[in-house]
Amino acid sequence: MSGFVHGLSYGAVIVTVLMTVTAFSLWFERKLAARMQSRLGPTLVGPAGILQPIADVLKLLQKEDIVPLKADAVLFNLAPPVAVVCAIGVAAAVPFSPTVVAADLDVGVLYVLAIGAVTVLPVFTAGWASNNKLALLGGMRAVAQSVSYEVPLVLAALVPVILAGSMRIGAIVQFQSDHHWFVAWPFFLGIPAFVIFVLAMLAEANRIPFDIPEAESELVAGVTTEYTGMKFALFYMAEYVHTLVASAVASALFLGGWDGGPFRPGLHWMVLKTLFLFAGLYWIRWTLLRFRSDQLMRLCWRYLVPSSIALVATAGVWVVFVG
Amino acid sequence: MRTVQVTRRVDPHVNIDRYDPEAELMLLHFGPQHPSTHGVFRMDLTLDGEIVVKAVPHVGFLHRAVEKLCESLAYVQITPIVDKNDYVAPMTNEQALNMAFEKLLNLEVPRRARWMRSLFAELQRIASHLLWLGTFALDLGGALGGGSTVFIYCFRERELILDLFEEVTGARFHYNTHTIGGNRHDLPAGWSAKVHSALNVIAGRIHEYEEMTLHNKIFVARTKGVGVLDADLALELGVSGPILRASGVDHDLRRDAPFHAYDEVPVRPVTATGGDCFARAQVRLGEIRESIRLVRAMVDNVPVGSINSGKPIKVPVQTKIPPGQAYVAIETPRGELGTYLISDGSQFPYRLKIRPPSLHALSALPYILPGATVSDAVAILGSLDPIMGEVDR
Amino acid sequence: MTSSPAASYLPIAVVLLLAVAMGAIVSSLSSLFGPKNPNPVKSTIFEAGSEPAPGTARQRFAVKFYVVALLFIVFDVETVFLYPWAVNFRALGWFGYAEMFVFAATLVVGLVYVWKKGALSWET
Repeated sequence: MSGFVHGLSYGAVIVTVLMTVTAFSLWFERKLAARMQSRLGPTLVGPAGILQPIADVLKLLQKEDIVPLKADAVLFNLAPPVAVVCAIGVAAAVPFSPTVVAADLDVGVLYVLAIGAVTVLPVFTAGWASNNKLALLGGMRAVAQSVSYEVPLVLAALVPVILAGSMRIGAIVQFQSDHHWFVAWPFFLGIPAFVIFVLAMLAEANRIPFDIPEAESELVAGVTTEYTGMKFALFYMAEYVHTLVASAVASALFLGGWDGGPFRPGLHWMVLKTLFLFAGLYWIRWTLLRFRSDQLMRLCWRYLVPSSIALVATAGVWVVFVG
Repeated sequence: MRTVQVTRRVDPHVNIDRYDPEAELMLLHFGPQHPSTHGVFRMDLTLDGEIVVKAVPHVGFLHRAVEKLCESLAYVQITPIVDKNDYVAPMTNEQALNMAFEKLLNLEVPRRARWMRSLFAELQRIASHLLWLGTFALDLGGALGGGSTVFIYCFRERELILDLFEEVTGARFHYNTHTIGGNRHDLPAGWSAKVHSALNVIAGRIHEYEEMTLHNKIFVARTKGVGVLDADLALELGVSGPILRASGVDHDLRRDAPFHAYDEVPVRPVTATGGDCFARAQVRLGEIRESIRLVRAMVDNVPVGSINSGKPIKVPVQTKIPPGQAYVAIETPRGELGTYLISDGSQFPYRLKIRPPSLHALSALPYILPGATVSDAVAILGSLDPIMGEVDR
Repeated sequence: MTSSPAASYLPIAVVLLLAVAMGAIVSSLSSLFGPKNPNPVKSTIFEAGSEPAPGTARQRFAVKFYVVALLFIVFDVETVFLYPWAVNFRALGWFGYAEMFVFAATLVVGLVYVWKKGALSWET
């Protein structure tokens, strides 16, 4: 019964906080992008335009809900909520501090990767259900891309598991807190694994330079072409939540989570690191052009997969030899 | 001169029924309402997976019957109409048009006016290529990503040039500043200093654009070897301008058939040998530098004198052009813009034909798209720099 | 977290339920508040402003996508097997490492095989 209350309270907190942070990360991204492009960004709604996301949602609320006649209505309507559920589901197992967590599972890393991998399902469902060729192409690209990048993602996440000897995310953070952050020591394992993890994560969240499933200059809006109003917003939200949660996972696995180095550990460190990484991803997004799908696949299978296998093997040697 | 040669040429009229009976082909209508068709252009792409098997371009969505309309307009009324054809470099439309009138009238344009026309043409070329670079980056990088950053930077610089034009003509875009026998608006005092300061800003930032594009690994990966147009095919199709020069053909009307003041200010055409999207980007970025050099050389040396042919036309609507035919071609940012005029001696043209460079560039699409992916198709279309206003007229 | 493994999943289930509820409510908001003026043209498929080309979008697709799916299943299942090993790695020592090295080597052999077979070239 206590688990139920615990889950309910933290679930409510996680959903509310994630939604709020997502909304304001939209504002933050727009401001950041504007500054990078020597613009001002949103300025009108609220001080410095901070209420812009709320205005956006209110606008999307007033949009007509269109389901194309030829679309598979059930799957078409099912896809957006499932996308959000997957993105939030990942968040449930991420410990933000020793106490702020819904459930620090003993197979936490596996759970996070598994639910994260499911996010491709609603994307493809949407592409297929729309019965739109552009959406289908987008869905196909999304599946091929996510599924390929899943392999280096899983292998890169294996490195901290080997080093810490546990799949519990909390334990991995505790290990880094007792020893060193994995990007600091052993850096020759931690930094490449971190880079591969972030790259694969960008690809999984369909972020530039890996956003070919919804490459709007090619596929109009990819899988979201036929979606309107709040359903479109849900896809958008899922993408942001996914990026945010993936940043949190990367911070926990490689950047020491809530450990503050010489300072007192605490929730604020985790939040800071996550947002820092999140902002870094936006920096990449607004700077780089996008790859072509075959180049993405080549990058994954020819470079990332072999190098992540090599990393795992080296991590094993390191642990046996030194640890 | 090394030119691009390919051995195997694509058959644009390939019968897709005989393509591969095992393949499941998909017919995709690409455009007209599509973010990267540069206006309203439509391609019917037959796809095998993501590979284009056959491409059929469709034009005419922006057809405004400009040529027919001109037949019922007095000569001076035509200039503002053709302004809207190539809406990225409007000045060049006016120049090509009025040069045709002047040729049939046997009118000598004053030296100052010719220098000003050259000067405007080069500034227009910088502005046009900047806009091309921005939109090409949008095609490659998306409106919600790095592409839009390049786009906005390019627009920022283009704005400086529009400000210069505004100061001369009072208009920012559709100028109507050229007229039969010369120009309407003289250069204001102190204009050359402003040109210099604007050019200094642009010249100082060109290397940034080259960093963001030509030296960017992703840009190179997306453009190198994509959409290769060989020199022979380009010449056969009548492709001109930067696209032709990117295929290795050293052809530039500014040097080969000098008009305006280009016989006094020699042009060094920029060429590349790749024939692909990357080479086109190289040529256009090189041309921005070359145009900056030309403008800097010209702006302080504009000869003094009249800007019109001496006898101002008092009742311009009644201007009559002696019977005859004239063809005038100039080098616009997109290539050879020709105006073919037939006059029957009345105050209206009997027939006015405009040869837009973009239309000929688009005619290469059925040859260079097959074999490319959908992503490449967008890049190839963008690299041709089509302006639908002048394609459809 | 000293509770039984099954109990530790209860909070996750509750969070997922909350997420489902939120998703369902939010996705139905548009149909509640939005205007409803359907017409035949609006309800067609968007194909860049033209009449949709004949033929359905749901057709067989290029085979290379299925190759990717097959590769994924092979590699992902193999990598997932590495996880239990990684956790008990310290206890197993060199022996465990050698065993897993053989396992990972088959993975690499598989990768080299598909590479040489040309399944990793998406150029054409």
